[in-house]
Amino acid sequence: MAATPSRASIRHHLRIGKSADFAWQIVSRPEILHLWFPGITVCVVDGDTRVITLGSGMTMPETILTNDALQKRFQYRITSPVFKEHLATIDVVALDDDVCLVMYSTDADPAAMALMIGGATLGALEELKRQCEANHGPAIEAVSAHK
Amino acid sequence: MGRKILFVTTDQQRYNTLGCNGGTLSRTPVIDGLAAQGIRYERAVPQSVVCMPSRSTMITGQHPSTHGVWMNGVALPVDAPSVAAVLHQNGYCTALIGKAHFEPFLDPFAKFTENVLARNGEATRLDQPWADGTTGPHRGFDHLEFATHGAAGPLHYARWLAANHPEAVGMFYPVLDGSLQVNSLGGGATGAPQAHVNNISKDWYHTDWVADRTISWLDSLDARDDWFCWMSFPDPHHPWDPPESEVGRVNWRDVDLPESYPQTAAERERILDAKPRHWRMWYDGTLVSNYEAPSRWVPATLTADQLREVWARNAVECELIDEALGRVMRAISARGWDDDVDVIFTTDHGELQGDFGLLFKGPYHTDGLMRLPLIWRPAPSAAVGAAVVDRPVGLVDLAPTFCEIAGVAPKEWMQGAALPKDNADADTRGFERALTEWDSELFGVAVHLRTITRDDWVCTAYKPGTVHDGTEGELYDLRSDPHQFVNLWNDPASSAMKSDLVADLWDHQPPVKSPRLPLVAPV
Repeated sequence: MAATPSRASIRHHLRIGKSADFAWQIVSRPEILHLWFPGITVCVVDGDTRVITLGSGMTMPETILTNDALQKRFQYRITSPVFKEHLATIDVVALDDDVCLVMYSTDADPAAMALMIGGATLGALEELKRQCEANHGPAIEAVSAHK
Repeated sequence: MGRKILFVTTDQQRYNTLGCNGGTLSRTPVIDGLAAQGIRYERAVPQSVVCMPSRSTMITGQHPSTHGVWMNGVALPVDAPSVAAVLHQNGYCTALIGKAHFEPFLDPFAKFTENVLARNGEATRLDQPWADGTTGPHRGFDHLEFATHGAAGPLHYARWLAANHPEAVGMFYPVLDGSLQVNSLGGGATGAPQAHVNNISKDWYHTDWVADRTISWLDSLDARDDWFCWMSFPDPHHPWDPPESEVGRVNWRDVDLPESYPQTAAERERILDAKPRHWRMWYDGTLVSNYEAPSRWVPATLTADQLREVWARNAVECELIDEALGRVMRAISARGWDDDVDVIFTTDHGELQGDFGLLFKGPYHTDGLMRLPLIWRPAPSAAVGAAVVDRPVGLVDLAPTFCEIAGVAPKEWMQGAALPKDNADADTRGFERALTEWDSELFGVAVHLRTITRDDWVCTAYKPGTVHDGTEGELYDLRSDPHQFVNLWNDPASSAMKSDLVADLWDHQPPVKSPRLPLVAPV
């Protein structure tokens, strides 16, 4: 048997110069993911189901599993048949009053999809950091409008 | 009006697949003719043995450590240095037609510019950031049309085929399997991995398409234009699925097994066991260190007939490239440009193609992957004499060569030097060594190699990873051991040479890009 695993686990993280509460107010809003995740163009939420549309036109249905404000953990599962298994976890961890660490983990089978999705999550973290630290951007505006 | 440049690349082509380099299987009269008129390099070395890092070296003139594309799946930043931008700034019309692969192909989020350009049918974008802080066409190219190894995905060739010959789209080998791994499926007459009967018409195959589109772009130019055209054939990279109508050119049953293929399992295993352990682990199918190797195929299962068929199909693909190049040369002649066109022909890296019983590529720095075909036919108007150069040169030397042809000073970010015109020129200008590097980190397996080619020796030092502790290495005397069967790393009689080469290797390491670019896709 060859030795490539069928599944893979990929994790990216970024330190953001804003409080965990500030970052969490964006991460916890499943309907605004497309405003800070480059490559996702549309995001529609209905209960615990979310359907995202990618830049390529591909759509992916998801089930939201966890949206825990106490732990500041958001989890979802892509249920598209492209995946045998998928779990995404976004953790927001306070490092200081005005600094947090955001981790975006992707567990998937097939492993190649974990690399593709995981690679995109790094871009999402970079965009989240950019908007949070600039206090400006479409996700910030969406959160502000919601208050 | 200056010299024009036709830069021809293939993908994953061995040195000895050309007649001018001693190959006997494929007929390559066009390339052989260019070699006879120009300069043929006998020790051209890639700075990486996989596509994206190597192609990034061609365009940037930098080693992988410096441009930062350390493995397939790491995207070359859009504002990376580009020799095409330099030529564009100096009045050249610029095009890249065929396989680029500076950015990942697998891109469901449509994040990468080259995939988006193709998807939108755009020739380029004019407002892209350049390394010098200015803006211009994407990576310096006025015109881009992309292709890769089949008809899947958003690239121009796939879209053209789907629009014009949809019945042919499904004829290609499926490069990826249902798990998105590189396919291990065997086919052809022998069940060889990635061999496949492709009933596509030759005229619709990507080799002819690349030539057709190149001719079309050249025809769009004014006769007085200076131009740089990178014509980049996806073949003879696997899958080995040339048009079936052409497969009869080379009967696989008549193919002699290469000397680099030890013909008994015991001999293969003895040779592999003297190399660092990932060689044997891959042969046995217990370790796959990089995505490009079909993960479910075990090299130890390769049969002699399968290898014959791989060589035969590969030879057919090389012949088709030679014929396509011949068509482009005739089109150039018809435009009256014969005297003013430089042609440079090379590939991004080699193919193991049976060496030690292995196929494909990976962290294996031996001649199958490391000795490249490289031919420079200077413009006849430049009156450069024909020559054969056996001193080591690298693909890192291409960008400054293009600058020299264009009469432009090389940029300070280029790490090579214009290719030597003969051995005396090479000696005068210090072409002593070529460096190659490998860094892979995939699904928990990390492998890191640094290699120097110098004085007819190849020496590879291993850095610590998950398979090696950093003490391993390889040392080959290319004169006495042309197939690198005997690893002299631990040979006491070679210890002085080893120490000298290792010291030289570490003394000449290129600057490392920081922060490190992320791996964002499998390929």
